[in-house]
Amino acid sequence: MRRLRAWFFRLRGLFNRDRRDGEFASEIETHLQLHIDDNLRAGMTPAEARRNALIKLGGVQQTKESYRDQKGLPMIETTLQDLRFGFRMLRRSPGFSLLAILCLTLGIGANAAVFSWIEGILFRPYPAVTHQERLVAVGGTARGEARGNPLSWPDFLDLQRSCTLCETLFVSKIKGTTLSLGDRAERTIGSIVSANYFDAIGVHPILGRGFEPGEDVGRNAHPVTVISYQLWQGRFKGDPQIVGKTQRLNGVVHTIVGVAPEGFLGTFVGWGMQFWVPASMEETFEAGGYKLEDRGARWIESYVRLKPGVSLEQAQQEISSVAKRLEADYPDTNRSRGIKLWPLWQTPFNNAGTLLPTLEIMLAVVAFVLLIACANVGNLLLVRSFARRHEMTVRLAIGAGPGRLLKQLLTEGLILSALGAAGGLFVAYWCRHALVLLFPARAGVAMHLPGEIDWRVLALSAGVCLITTLLVGLVPAIQAGKIDLAGALKADSGGAVGGRGKSRVRSGLVLVQVSLSFVLLVGAGLLLQSLQRIRTASPGFSTHGVLYTAVDLVSAGYTAQRAQSLQDELIDRVKALPGVESATFARMTPMSYGSYSETLIAVDGYQPPPEEQPTVQYNEVGPDYFVTMGIPLVAGRAFTRADDERAALVAVVNETMAAQYWRGRNPIGERVQVKGRWMQVVGVAKDSKYQSVRETPKPFFYVSRRQNFSIGAGLHIRTPLSPETIATELAREVHALDGNLAPYEVITLQEQVDRSTSPQMVAVTLVGVLGGLALLLAAIGLYGVMSYAVSQSTRELGLRMALGAGASNLMRLVMSRGLVLTAGGVLLGAAVSLGLTRLLGNLLYQVSPRDPLAFGSALVVMTIVSLAACFLPAWRAARTDPARALRD
Amino acid sequence: MTSDKTDVWQGTLAVMVLKTLETMGPLHGYGIARRIEQTSGDLLSVNYGTLYPALLKLEQEGYVASEWGVSDNNRKAKFYKLTRAGRRQLEKEAREWDQATAILARFLAPGEERS
Repeated sequence: MRRLRAWFFRLRGLFNRDRRDGEFASEIETHLQLHIDDNLRAGMTPAEARRNALIKLGGVQQTKESYRDQKGLPMIETTLQDLRFGFRMLRRSPGFSLLAILCLTLGIGANAAVFSWIEGILFRPYPAVTHQERLVAVGGTARGEARGNPLSWPDFLDLQRSCTLCETLFVSKIKGTTLSLGDRAERTIGSIVSANYFDAIGVHPILGRGFEPGEDVGRNAHPVTVISYQLWQGRFKGDPQIVGKTQRLNGVVHTIVGVAPEGFLGTFVGWGMQFWVPASMEETFEAGGYKLEDRGARWIESYVRLKPGVSLEQAQQEISSVAKRLEADYPDTNRSRGIKLWPLWQTPFNNAGTLLPTLEIMLAVVAFVLLIACANVGNLLLVRSFARRHEMTVRLAIGAGPGRLLKQLLTEGLILSALGAAGGLFVAYWCRHALVLLFPARAGVAMHLPGEIDWRVLALSAGVCLITTLLVGLVPAIQAGKIDLAGALKADSGGAVGGRGKSRVRSGLVLVQVSLSFVLLVGAGLLLQSLQRIRTASPGFSTHGVLYTAVDLVSAGYTAQRAQSLQDELIDRVKALPGVESATFARMTPMSYGSYSETLIAVDGYQPPPEEQPTVQYNEVGPDYFVTMGIPLVAGRAFTRADDERAALVAVVNETMAAQYWRGRNPIGERVQVKGRWMQVVGVAKDSKYQSVRETPKPFFYVSRRQNFSIGAGLHIRTPLSPETIATELAREVHALDGNLAPYEVITLQEQVDRSTSPQMVAVTLVGVLGGLALLLAAIGLYGVMSYAVSQSTRELGLRMALGAGASNLMRLVMSRGLVLTAGGVLLGAAVSLGLTRLLGNLLYQVSPRDPLAFGSALVVMTIVSLAACFLPAWRAARTDPARALRD
Repeated sequence: MTSDKTDVWQGTLAVMVLKTLETMGPLHGYGIARRIEQTSGDLLSVNYGTLYPALLKLEQEGYVASEWGVSDNNRKAKFYKLTRAGRRQLEKEAREWDQATAILARFLAPGEERS
């Protein structure tokens, strides 16, 4: 308490110092006078009296000094002094300060931006959702597969009932939908959710209500919807009487029961949801009919909030035992099926999973950029510290301890990095929506991948700022610690270009810069090559000359029968268009976000191992599918119009499936059981890619769409014409058939493949941009070191010239020194790269982490850049005027 | 000669100042210094300069209060006086000092064996 009071007084003592100093001076004055009076009375002469009084008082200055220290807080006072002085030094050389702050802004800004993306996309992806730290994703697993699958609704309900370590479980399944108000229809995105959704995530509608218990029960029983704030403001102009009004979703009238708060965008990384409907309305939105009572229909994406203090492992154990029980109770649907938890940042069914590897790499890349920026600023400070040697020497000579000097230099470093951090946060704020821009644009609803700058990001950035301070401030500080007073008094004689000593520190820093940027160059090269391989890899079907589009008949309320006849008629009309070679419908198009149908199969003569349930994916395709897609048949025939409801059931298998289940026998004419029905294999198709370019060959088969009809399907057209041409023609034909219909955008299959490789694209762009930045910083560093070396050794250069060295000799001297530095950096960088590029892991595709081409091109780029950086200093060296250099 | 005299060390100086103010009433810095010297029988030499930071510290801690006034021989001087908190502090310090010296005395007493 007493101490606190004293501190308060001392803090106050920091201000109005002059008055207090004056007061103390007069107190001391009185003291002396009183003492002198006494001494005079004791019989001393005036001079003696004064002398005696002064001696007894001790050193007046020392007393004043220690009085002042007691009065204020010397530590804060000297810090303020250092700050003031630091700012003055920065103002005195604005060019240096700007360059240093710019470097740090870029370095810290890149870090802060990546932190904010990681926070906003991986760790706290759902604005307004409470306790995201306890949220985990739940999905199903099948034996032998690493990826997560959806769950079925009955499995979810069982899980909800028996998980004691979970606070809540909820479903949130993203769905693209047609929203119609009056006669205006548009594509939008929403979620099918369990009734507990809004309570579970702690979001309360600002108008109306969330869903009530029981609203997710019963087939099509509760056509209610909660709409987003954005939709409310946009489409309904913020109508305060909105609750109770209706809108059509996929053609079904839904009553609006609530409006979600502003800023709440649902629970899907990548897109903002515009509406939410209870799971009872599933059939309206999902292709494939009513699934709430089908344990074999796996379609939902769900999340769990764990109870406080429960670890992921504990919950996983409990959930695994539930899954075991389900396996035993429902062997038909659940044999060899597990249920798994994933931390939010590994969520398998949204863009968190796809962006995770990229963001991980980015974390390392921005750390590199920061190090390079620090090396640059450290170098700049070092140069300045030579210029300030005189000042440091004087400070030491008049009694500043090395600690005090260190503090001064660190304070200057802190000012620089704090300004850099402020600029960096600004950069991060400015870049928070930049990720979306890197994804290929597509028509319809815009992607949403926001960065989030919260206190955790701020704290991390502050941490980075402090580390930067140490890195940047310590270099000159170490140098300052080496000043010896006697040595510094001697005149500074000009050094030599290859001089040792203090230039070694600077060269070391440049070496680090060059090697780090080399690593980034190699990384960028490898990623670029992978992207190219992915883009040019043959997916097993034609990507050029084939267009893809769709007509949404589900939303338009078509029955299966009407849909079929319209689709038949449309195919005929499309085929008749000039320039169209063939056209076909298929339920799924390769590399799209949707999921293929999947079935347990049985094959005559194939006895599966006891633990295995042969499960294979398939696609429902129309006649001409293989011709249109350019997938060759190796045996048998394709589907024809004759393979319809009345004909015998037929299937076409791919090569891998034929090899796996028929083991060298000819599968044609054999039988395969699909969803309980036996089909005859009539053809074998070549393998192709189905969901990702990077997948390995897997068993897959095709069935005739007419024999397995579902309304939703994509239209594939083989034609040399451009998508735009076909789009106009197609719109006219569709409109002629039904005035209320309009086709989706028309894209080439190449575009479809490109979209599916966007994570690679994002990685390449980001690493490329940052690699370029790093290269620029390193070039500045190299240039700085070389031109400083030249400016410090004009005398030597002049001497060489006077002794007969030509301009080209001097130029070669400087250039070779720069190139030696570069070569050292490249060697170091190559060694580091060999160790690090493995970490690119599955971002690489058919490229070895030690790919010589990537290393070679990095070497070439690095050499060119360093030649450019050294050229100007070398040219200046060559123009040294020997007479002047020797005279000065 | 000063070499015979013992320097006053920091902690005890505060107690001496407080005690002086208790017996003498309000006093200026010079007066306090002289009084301490006299009381110690000129065995202690106060370097007068060190007195002022000590006084300031006591004031910051609230044990003494200061006020400008006029000395006996008509000079404007800053007078220090003991506050209530200072009185309590002095009692506490005196008690602790007694205890400490008593313990030390027992250790240093000649011939007495500890049992």
